[in-house]
Amino acid sequence: MTSAQGKAVTSTPSPVIAVEDIRKHFAVGSPIAAAMRRKSVVVKAIDGVNFTLNKGESVGLLGESGCGKTTMGRMLLKLDEPSEGRILFEGDDLATMQGPALRAYRARAQMIFQNPFEALNPRFTIAQSMDEPLSNANIAKAERADRIRKAMDLVHLPDPAQFLERYPHQMSGGQLQRVVMARALILEPTFVVADEPVSMLDVSVRAGILNLFREVRDNMGLTAIYISHDLALVRYVCERTIVMYLGCIVEDGPTEEIVKNPMHPYTKALVAAVPVPHPAQSHAPLPIKAGAPDARNPPSGCRLRDRCPHAFDRCAIEEPKATRIGARKVHCHLFD
Amino acid sequence: MPELTTARKPHALHWLTRRFARLQIPLDDPFAVTGLIIYAVFILVAIFANQLATHDPLEILYSETYELSSNLRPGEDGFILGTTSLGRDIYSQLIYGSRSALLIGITAAFMVAVIGTIVGLLSGYFGGWIDIVLMRAADIAFGIPFLPFVIVLSAFLEPSIWNVVFAMALILWRDTGRVIRSQVLTLRTRTYIDAARIAGSSDMKIVFSHIAPNILPLSFLYGSIAIGWAILTEAAISFLGFGDPETISWGYMLQDAYASQALSTGGYYWFVPPGICIILVVVAGFFISRGYEEILFPKLKD
Amino acid sequence: MSDNILCVKGLKVTYSVGTARIRAVDDATFDIPKGSIVGLVGESGCGKTTVARALTRVMAKAAGFEGGEMLFDGVDLLGLSEADMNKLRWRDIAFIPQSAMNSLDPVYTIEKQLNEVLIQRGGMNRREARARAEELFDMVGIDPRRLGDYPHQFSGGMRQRVAIALALALNPKLIIADEPVTALDVIVQRQILDTLKSLQERLGLSVILVTHDISVVAYVCDRIVVMYAGRVVESGDTETVLTQPFHPYTMGLYNAFPDLQSSEGLLTPIEGHPPDLSDPPDGCRFAPRCPFAQTPCSTQNPTLVEVGSRHVSACLRVDEAQQLREQAAQTQTWMGAI
Ligand SMILES: Nc1ncnc2c1ncn2[C@@H]1O[C@H](COP(=O)(O)OP(=O)(O)OP(=O)(O)O)[C@@H](O)[C@H]1O
Ligand SMILES: Nc1ncnc2c1ncn2[C@@H]1O[C@H](COP(=O)(O)OP(=O)(O)OP(=O)(O)O)[C@@H](O)[C@H]1O
Ligand code: SF4
Ligand SMILES: [Mg+2]
Ligand SMILES: [Mg+2]
Repeated sequence: MTSAQGKAVTSTPSPVIAVEDIRKHFAVGSPIAAAMRRKSVVVKAIDGVNFTLNKGESVGLLGESGCGKTTMGRMLLKLDEPSEGRILFEGDDLATMQGPALRAYRARAQMIFQNPFEALNPRFTIAQSMDEPLSNANIAKAERADRIRKAMDLVHLPDPAQFLERYPHQMSGGQLQRVVMARALILEPTFVVADEPVSMLDVSVRAGILNLFREVRDNMGLTAIYISHDLALVRYVCERTIVMYLGCIVEDGPTEEIVKNPMHPYTKALVAAVPVPHPAQSHAPLPIKAGAPDARNPPSGCRLRDRCPHAFDRCAIEEPKATRIGARKVHCHLFD
Repeated sequence: MPELTTARKPHALHWLTRRFARLQIPLDDPFAVTGLIIYAVFILVAIFANQLATHDPLEILYSETYELSSNLRPGEDGFILGTTSLGRDIYSQLIYGSRSALLIGITAAFMVAVIGTIVGLLSGYFGGWIDIVLMRAADIAFGIPFLPFVIVLSAFLEPSIWNVVFAMALILWRDTGRVIRSQVLTLRTRTYIDAARIAGSSDMKIVFSHIAPNILPLSFLYGSIAIGWAILTEAAISFLGFGDPETISWGYMLQDAYASQALSTGGYYWFVPPGICIILVVVAGFFISRGYEEILFPKLKD
Repeated sequence: MSDNILCVKGLKVTYSVGTARIRAVDDATFDIPKGSIVGLVGESGCGKTTVARALTRVMAKAAGFEGGEMLFDGVDLLGLSEADMNKLRWRDIAFIPQSAMNSLDPVYTIEKQLNEVLIQRGGMNRREARARAEELFDMVGIDPRRLGDYPHQFSGGMRQRVAIALALALNPKLIIADEPVTALDVIVQRQILDTLKSLQERLGLSVILVTHDISVVAYVCDRIVVMYAGRVVESGDTETVLTQPFHPYTMGLYNAFPDLQSSEGLLTPIEGHPPDLSDPPDGCRFAPRCPFAQTPCSTQNPTLVEVGSRHVSACLRVDEAQQLREQAAQTQTWMGAI
């Protein structure tokens, strides 16, 4: 099993996405305050992240609030520029994309947003919102209605015609999220980032959106990143998971392995903390110290060391590098 | 104007009404409606000035006995509001004064709203050096005292009502620009703007189809304030004697009355009507802006 | 029934919005046994917050009681004068509002906000208040030295702990917590739930925990009350309700939740959406979405019937529950229910 996966990693031609030592630092606070302190306060939202995505792979980006998941997703779609490092899409550097190349990328890389009520212009009808990507891609007018109908079919909106002239506030959250997905899929992209697409939705409709996501991803052969703080959801949609903590990757590997046998101390705590919907579950104390990660002021060395029950002196000095263990990469001094 | 819209296809009419709806004219606010009615009356007066005026406002009038018709009281010899000390018809001056007032007011408002909106949009949306340059320019404009600037400008250029418009365009965009910029800054972070970018929309398309419609009411608000400002400024300039003597305006009438000592001789019929007109138009502008504020910043309500 | 701290019977609360009357809570009946944690679950808009607020009688202006009774230690809360009710608040019944962690006043220190309750309400002097505040911070697991901090100096999880400390301030018998862990990360959520559970055991508290997440209920609650469209559709011990549900809505809710421990099965959504509460359908409110609905379901109003020991369910087909449960486990059952 290990060898099969090892082969899968080495024999792929060129990855769809390659993220190379990306950093994103935000300067916060007013410039005056910064000048007075003689040093600007910097939030290290992403601090040295590497990974690649192969064609057709779906990867969950998992981590707690503020660990940099959304920032990563935005950079992958060129909504933000990294402070350092590069992102390659099929070998092309996103930073150098402009004009026609950027327009081509926009047609191939799409995003599904967290809050469907915010993702559509409230002054546009659904038809107008659906038309926007098509007109930008210079699709002939005659063809557009057909494309819109097909995209609406794809997301199982029954009887799409009744929705087209509505405004977003006239639809339910689940319906709107389907529209947002239809809009993302209408240009037949190859790469999709979904940023917590069900966290704003009601429990009973979540499952439908998750199933839809799996279905279109499989049918269209999408390469996908699914951002979430919920391991149970990530497990449901992704075969691979990248766990982040304070702007860094701590563990990266097949989801099933991570769920069954988490290796990094943080992942261990995360897996243990997920409640399950039946009464028989462990109530053992979590193997992590309480504390709030602070991206303005991360600890030296390993970011987790102030909360980690296994931390030893080396952890304060040296940043752990990725250690490959089977199909997994773990960033922890316990393993190198 | 009306012919234009009806002549087009209903589609165009629909488009126009929709655009008009986007201005969100506050028709349910009694103050705003009063303001709009005042504007409407003055606009009609200005349009039909030729029909409404009884005389040429600059013509020096003589009676049938070839006596100068000067300093006549209202009603005397059929002059509705009497005549000036030079024998000109005050009523007709008042009527024609509305033309220049509205001409100045509307062009100045238009310039202020358009320049301010463009500056605010560019500055807020693009940020970076565009923002720095434009906002420093706004700082400079904020540093210039408005009235002295207009006077100096009029002294350098030929006296003309357009000086006021020109000066307002040069300076008063600053307020509109600042406010619209801050509005754009918040709109720019809305998720649907990111969504539009990912859908491949160009910056220009995003600015004009996603952001501009949201700030149009703000531009209109600042425009309606600028109308009052412009008329007031023109009156002040004319009153101080820097105006254009060839164009009748309410400010010019006040100055004329003042110079002829109408105030001390009880010629209230000469200076009160233009004063009331100025107040009405300025107040109308503020009434409308008040209505807008309730739409734009609903918290003011309670 | 003296072992219940609270018995709610036929509670009805209506919001008047313009001419519309939204029957947000329509005949809610459940008990809270002494010293237990009870989870109140259901999807958004089913009336959880309305029930929670009704119990404290701190409600929106538009809300009005339409009937029912709420017996707290044998006393009907609805019969109390406002002054008497006010005496009960904080001392006997404490309420942690939805997103309490964001409703701490940013301009006062935490100590000031605790003092407000301890001194104003509890009649303590400054020294006693300080001692109690330190004790409370210890209980919820925050260093008492941070009492002088402002809310923004705390993380979301710590602010939620502060909200719990506030609720515990005057040693209430019953705590009503509205979505206390909803916006929090799993690790923090777990820590908060553990704190709540241990406090409840140590102090013998009764807790009503409002949530939409049945995993949270499964983790800490002894009992569960399932609401749908303003009504209680099922309630009982957590273990029996989750393993042997009698109401199709409970079965559907269970199917819609991802489970980290189970081997992978398909999640099943419940198609459709809850009814408009200003004009609810006749009969069973769940009928339009229920795969097992039959003709009587849309006319006949199901009432809560005993289906086991301290386990009730309001479904016309409770007698066939065993068979329905088997069908409900199949995904096809739920497809095309409407
Ligand atoms: N524009 C910005 N300016 C300053 N700081 C920012 C900005 N965007 C994000 N950050 C900071 O960067 C860090 C990462 O934020 P990000 O939104 O990527 O987190 P996330 O993992 O998506 O969290 P969540 O689960 O809450 O959505 C946070 O500390 C955040 O405060
Ligand atoms: N102040 C109010 N005025 C009018 N209607 C209201 C008011 N508050 C709530 N409602 C309505 O009453 C119903 C129940 O609302 P409630 O807040 O109790 O639901 P909930 O179960 O707590 O939902 P959530 O999980 O979203 O918090 C909903 O239909 C809601 O729209
Ligand atoms: S590197 Fe050290 S501190 Fe970090 S997770 Fe591993 S053992 Fe813990
Ligand atoms: Mg995020
Ligand atoms: Mg609620």
